[in-house]
Amino acid sequence: MIPATFDYHAPKTLDEAIALLVRLGDTAKILAGGQSLIPAMRFRLASPEVLVDIGRIRDLAYVDERGDHLAIGAMTREHALEASPAVAASYPLLLDTAKVIADPLVRNKATVGGNLAHADPANDHPATMLAYDAQIIARGPGGTRTIAIDDLFVGLFETSLEPGEILTEIRIPKPAAASGGAYLKIERKVGDYAVAAVAVQLELAGAAIKNIRIGLTNVSPIPQRAKAAEAALAGKQPTDDVLEAAGQAAAAECNPSADLRGQVDYKRDLVRVLTKRAVRRAIQRAQGGRP
Amino acid sequence: MSQHEITVIINGEKHTRKIDARTLLVHFIREDLGLTGTHVGCDTTSCGACTVSLDGEAVKSCTVFAVQADGATIETVEGIATNGKLHPLQEGFWERHGLQCGFCTPGMLISARALLARNPKPTDDEIRHGISGNLCRCTGYNKIVEAIQYAADKLRADKGA
Repeated sequence: MIPATFDYHAPKTLDEAIALLVRLGDTAKILAGGQSLIPAMRFRLASPEVLVDIGRIRDLAYVDERGDHLAIGAMTREHALEASPAVAASYPLLLDTAKVIADPLVRNKATVGGNLAHADPANDHPATMLAYDAQIIARGPGGTRTIAIDDLFVGLFETSLEPGEILTEIRIPKPAAASGGAYLKIERKVGDYAVAAVAVQLELAGAAIKNIRIGLTNVSPIPQRAKAAEAALAGKQPTDDVLEAAGQAAAAECNPSADLRGQVDYKRDLVRVLTKRAVRRAIQRAQGGRP
Repeated sequence: MSQHEITVIINGEKHTRKIDARTLLVHFIREDLGLTGTHVGCDTTSCGACTVSLDGEAVKSCTVFAVQADGATIETVEGIATNGKLHPLQEGFWERHGLQCGFCTPGMLISARALLARNPKPTDDEIRHGISGNLCRCTGYNKIVEAIQYAADKLRADKGA
């Protein structure tokens, strides 16, 4: 399958890219790793008139620990997360996620920024970044601004990025001591999107859960947090009853649709079970000293 | 529709061609350069038959525009033997019967080579994960894992020698 025709630009700098996007308006689409966009173009689900390839802009690929946060450049390949000692040491939720995105070949090309900017609720990073309470750095004609991850996803494949803005960096707050996280995904086979997946990041205070954020993958039209489940856990000791109540809350507040991957009831039950398991694993990690 | 002149080094040889922006790397390799060892399988970023090495990373060449590869160094299955001598992976696939129909083999070889470059002594499980972007519908994978282990042993022995 061959994509429709388009014009192609490969700017060397962010300023050049932003100027192009401003000039071209709606006709242009940003090409990052291309692992979602190119298949969509081949299926003719997307037929942008112009592609602005940001792959030739220097210095957009990095994973840096910077004091109180981990900074990830938008063009960082997924594989770089798997290979990062900083991620392995302090960000187990992110490492869990990086290992189950698509397949190893796709992860060599796919980018973290693209995964988020595509705003596909079936993608894995949205739930994980929601759980981390990440910040998104975007640069546009008006300069640079920070977007809270809670404000990034506004619709199916739709973000709050303005026309002409480019997502340039993701910042994950450094987890406090006694923190832990986990990402659990059920997929039919390697490379498929999740039937359902749950991302948990929490902090313990003694035996109780002090703070917790939970993100859900592919069970709603917009990447969403499981806020009722979070409320069922925050401040509580994670007894079996508390976990079950949280799992049921998450199952009730998600909004899956029936498709080839399963019926609605099945997906809700997966969310219930995965929420409990992911919270348990996050607690184990928090207790094991892994932040 | 924009056209672009691109230059790539494939299997050590430099090639310059003018292409449409929408030309996929796999079609550029097969049709413009005549290197048909790289296969088109699923056409949907699933099967890995089109896997090539792009600046050292194994990628699905059906999901890269050729214009993105301008200036890149690419290796395909045609480039992995040296002076007519099979690469230890090719030898392993031969000795351990790592193929039946052979359609997935070029992609398997490129993926496996990248895997062994990152991890010279993989466990069977690591091999299975490493080639999980490459589908084989004949072998059931056991023979492919054995073939890659054969090559890993041989590469380590060669290095030690």
